Amino acid sequence: MQEAELRTLVEEMVHKMLTSNEHHEIQIEKSVKSTTNSKTQNTVIEDGCIPDISKVDIRKQFLVENAKDKETYLEMKSKTPARLGIGKAGARYKTETMLRVRADHAAAQDSVFSDVSEEFIEKNGFVKVQTLCNSKDEYITRPDKGRRFPGNQLEIIRKTIPEHSKVAIVVGDGLSSAAIEANAAEMIPSMKQTLQAHQITVGPVLFVKYCRVGAMDAIGEVTDTDVICLLVGERPGLVTAESMSAYIAYKPKHGLPEAKRTVISNIHKGGTPPVEAGAHAAELILTMLEKKASGIDLK
Amino acid sequence: MILKTVLFGHTYQFKDLKDVLAKANEEKSGDILAGIAAETAEERVAAKIVLSQIRLEDLRNNPVVPYELDEVTRIIQDDLNEPIYNAIKTWTVSELREWILDENTTEADIKKISRGLTSEMVAAVAKLMSNMDLIYAASKIRITAHCNTTIGKRGTLSARLQPNHPTDDPDGIMASVLEGLSYGSGDALIGLNPVDDSTQSVTRILKRFDEIKNRLQIPTQICVLAHVTTQMDAIKKGAPTDLIFQSIAGSEKGNTAFGFNAQTIEEARQLALTHGTAEGPNVMYFETGQGSELSSEAHNGADQVTMEARCYGFAKHFSPFLVNTVVGFIGPEYLYDGRQVSRAGLEDHFMGKLTGVSMGCDACYTNHMKADQNSIEDLAVLLTAAGCNYFMGIPHGDDVMLNYQTTGYHETAALREIYGLKAIQPFHEWLLKHEFVDQQGRLTCKAGDASALL
Repeated sequence: MQEAELRTLVEEMVHKMLTSNEHHEIQIEKSVKSTTNSKTQNTVIEDGCIPDISKVDIRKQFLVENAKDKETYLEMKSKTPARLGIGKAGARYKTETMLRVRADHAAAQDSVFSDVSEEFIEKNGFVKVQTLCNSKDEYITRPDKGRRFPGNQLEIIRKTIPEHSKVAIVVGDGLSSAAIEANAAEMIPSMKQTLQAHQITVGPVLFVKYCRVGAMDAIGEVTDTDVICLLVGERPGLVTAESMSAYIAYKPKHGLPEAKRTVISNIHKGGTPPVEAGAHAAELILTMLEKKASGIDLK
Repeated sequence: MILKTVLFGHTYQFKDLKDVLAKANEEKSGDILAGIAAETAEERVAAKIVLSQIRLEDLRNNPVVPYELDEVTRIIQDDLNEPIYNAIKTWTVSELREWILDENTTEADIKKISRGLTSEMVAAVAKLMSNMDLIYAASKIRITAHCNTTIGKRGTLSARLQPNHPTDDPDGIMASVLEGLSYGSGDALIGLNPVDDSTQSVTRILKRFDEIKNRLQIPTQICVLAHVTTQMDAIKKGAPTDLIFQSIAGSEKGNTAFGFNAQTIEEARQLALTHGTAEGPNVMYFETGQGSELSSEAHNGADQVTMEARCYGFAKHFSPFLVNTVVGFIGPEYLYDGRQVSRAGLEDHFMGKLTGVSMGCDACYTNHMKADQNSIEDLAVLLTAAGCNYFMGIPHGDDVMLNYQTTGYHETAALREIYGLKAIQPFHEWLLKHEFVDQQGRLTCKAGDASALL
């Protein structure tokens, strides 16, 4: 390249840079001004409401930019509840999906670390007792204590469930109080109704605070009930925090092998609906009374 | 062997070596549940002081589960290299710690000494290390293993693609596989935790994995993490698998609770070598996790860190391709919160490497634990600094089958970028070919589009 040519080229470039800089400065000035202005202006609190992100159907959500084949992708995605097709921001998540995971986790945590409300217990006429645990913290770290009761609570249990009853229904908070509040009140009447059709009446329902599954063995031990059905909150996942299980056992006592319990899990509106689960549980109870067995012994 | 010390004027007398080992642990809810933890912060330090002066021979002569009663103890003791052990048996735990950390001690030196260590020694030295000690020491050691590709080389960070599905729907599983691959996940393994442990279902999924591996020519490994006996049955009936998986414990009783013994694992390994689809020689995959022995009452009164170290001693006998601690899955009864999970993850990774196995980590938590996504992201960052071989890769970290949260596809990608690491070389080249990553291994704008692989 000739020197003259080079000079012209450099000059042109410098000129371009300068003008574009000028342009930039003007822009910056403008935006500084507008920011300063907006600070002095009143912030308008609008009347709107940000929509509930938990209502977004993540199975249909698609955030991949420039996907090669969006239609087939959505079809693939419809085969799994996994959080697919979420795109990315660099090697990190998009804000929307990140917030949704945090929200779902928050719901799960709150259902573990909150208590079933007193109103709920009263409204349903449950008789409340408490295991050896004195706090949620002790409950999650000491499974042994969540299976046993102090003497004064055993007294209440004895007074509530008449000795040698045929069937007793017990509700325990377990790892999700949200699951109990969402399902127990619907499931119990459906269970009682089926049992009543077979001339079996069920007495008052016990509510056990800080309850592990083994608490039903302690109750069986002092009441000598034929069949106990324990409704208990499951450890929540991110898909739902409202899943409840029913553990049913024939003459449960301390040391009952886990295999001798019959379990109906996944009771929630997206799984087995509580009314349906109630009828199913009642039928299982009737079979257990007839065969004098539960769990693997039923097979 | 001295089991007594005075600290701040108080005398601390420990019952036996097992008592010292338990009380020298950092606080863990599982040791408290077992009733063996230090009762005060000062007692914990007193136990560490006593442990620091214990000689390695005392640790060898006092395994936490007796030799006569336990095949895990027998395997660990019988596999020891006697001349190496004899050369170091009079070292104290404190001396071993400082030797590992010493700037003149090389990776090769550590790997040699490793052959003279029992799991109790490995656990003991971990108990005298701070979190950064654990990272510093572990970062000196790289353990590689070869199945179809070689995992663990310096400059790499790998991921197991975990495409779990609540009903094992093969199409749903494949959707997660394709998307994971497009994020660069799956160089360690494409491995499913099945809901259905039947031979038929396991075979069906393995065939799908094998088909996609061959059709897309993916340089990786495949496995379905059913019970070891189910996988063996599947292989005998012609199912294609590269690796055989099993969860293991640090005592024979714990393994019995999992439904196998050492002989089962050796048979499985021979079967994989003779009838599996992998190049080998490393064809086994094990998972561990502090607290599993206590949960099956198979801990024999020992603490969860020592029992965990024994898992690695057992694993090493079978030359595994992958071993990972599923730290945080077991629940708050054993690891209370994010802090305890982090500590356990760093301990396990260090102990696994010092033992000589290819270590990864399922950095995870359940929803009844005081931890969140931040806790495990922190742990993954720390473990990458420590030179961890691999993490799990799950869509957005949310496992829709096991109902817990772990690291997502995005996490390994981000960690590779932060630390300047790549996937295993042939897999990196495969990613390059599909333009999911650039030469440096960073995700491109095409990453995360599963439909690009259709």
